[in-house]
Amino acid sequence: MLDIHIIKKLHTSIGLADMNISLSIQQGEITGIQGESGAGKTTLLKIIAGLTDVDNGHIKVEDTYWLNTEKKLFVPPQKRNIGFVFQDYALFPNMTVEENLQFAVDTKAKESKIVIEELLEFMELQNLRKKNTHQLSGGQKQRTAIARALVRKPKLLLLDEPFSSLDNETRSKMQDLILSAHKKYNLTTLIVSHHLPDIFKMSNTVVVIKNGQIQKQGTPIDILPDKKISGKFQFMGEILNIRQEDFIYIISVLIGNNIIQVVATEKEAVGLSAGDSVIISSKAFNPIIVKSK
Amino acid sequence: MIDWQPLLLSFKLAVVTTVILLIISIPLAYWLSKGKSNFKLILQTIVSLPLVLPPSVLGFYMLLAFSPNYFLGNFLKTYFDLRLVFTFNGLVVASVIYSLPFMIQPLISGFHAVPSSLTDAAFSLGKNKWQTLYRVQLPNMKPFIYSATVLSFAHVIGEFGVVLMIGGNIPGETKLASIAIYDEVQSMNYSTANIYSVILLCISFTILLSVHFINRKLQKK
Repeated sequence: MLDIHIIKKLHTSIGLADMNISLSIQQGEITGIQGESGAGKTTLLKIIAGLTDVDNGHIKVEDTYWLNTEKKLFVPPQKRNIGFVFQDYALFPNMTVEENLQFAVDTKAKESKIVIEELLEFMELQNLRKKNTHQLSGGQKQRTAIARALVRKPKLLLLDEPFSSLDNETRSKMQDLILSAHKKYNLTTLIVSHHLPDIFKMSNTVVVIKNGQIQKQGTPIDILPDKKISGKFQFMGEILNIRQEDFIYIISVLIGNNIIQVVATEKEAVGLSAGDSVIISSKAFNPIIVKSK
Repeated sequence: MIDWQPLLLSFKLAVVTTVILLIISIPLAYWLSKGKSNFKLILQTIVSLPLVLPPSVLGFYMLLAFSPNYFLGNFLKTYFDLRLVFTFNGLVVASVIYSLPFMIQPLISGFHAVPSSLTDAAFSLGKNKWQTLYRVQLPNMKPFIYSATVLSFAHVIGEFGVVLMIGGNIPGETKLASIAIYDEVQSMNYSTANIYSVILLCISFTILLSVHFINRKLQKK
């Protein structure tokens, strides 16, 4: 659906670098873009949205070009019909939640009213509609920003670090909400994050960017550092704490909303510390399966 | 009984000048706040010159420029029948130039203070530059617009050197409050000068107080 080939001089953490990215994105997929801060992730989203220019390249959506430097073609951001969710939410402080959504539509046509009502309900914002944006919590701001980005019924949704300032519980709820919005509105979604676990569970494809170049690309499992694992169950999590009991170590790992305690030998525990991202896998010979209540 | 005319004239000049300044400064500040070309840097420096230039220097050059003996004055007189020396219109033009930095600088700061993500968001929601300016940028830089307006207004009320050079001292046409004070002092009418001065002092104090008050209220919001 989206075919990107761009070259741009980029100011990165290690100085000037050439951003050179070729990427193909399939219709209906969620693509996660991961990389350190300053790797060019946000710049890539802004280029796709038409908010930043490039030195060279093209962006093709289905059969039309949004950008083609050879033909001096540039479709302005207003005409690209993209939903963009900014890292700082970019809610208009002079408007209420509802007005932020209304801003996106041209008229007060009946149809747009229905769309806004539907989105307010979907994003659980009905009770907050008259609130000023500075009265909202981080999660509420994020839901408003996503709802606003969807008002114009975009085909492409771009999310810039949508989980970075949310606590774990809100983060997990937001991931589910984005997944269901993605399905409900038939979106093609790009999520940028510096934190791999955030996009791991959501993405069909993960692209790892470093200093403006694509370093790895593939399914979430493909891009994991260690592909030798043959476990049938595989989860990614974050170490919360490590405690020693007699000769063994007990490691608490946060996976999604669950905290799982894993027993480890000293050899395994060496080199691990709280905050590390880890993969927990198990060969599941005889898993027990029951219906959840 | 004092003559109220100079005060009313000062007030009228300040209102007219401030309105004209608002109209020209918003687009100019918008344009200057974007990009970093050398041309804009030079233009911004020219616009800011009245901040540091002695008012008499500025007044002197404007007097020459507006004089019918020189090109600009002659051109205006021949083609527009407009005389800018020793007239109220001349005072308006001079005040606009003289007070421009007081309007432009806060507005440029205002445009910089609105996060670029807000304008990006408006663009991605299909709004053009004009709609974005009107509905997103200006409403979110209100404290800067208030400061710019009120400071320019107060500055016009208080100006002396430029208006004396350009306007002279014609009662009802160019005799402003600040000039009336000078005039009364020269005629040794200290009590009248004092009344004018007290009134100007009160106006200035009230204006500044209102700026601080409004800014405090807007910041709390």
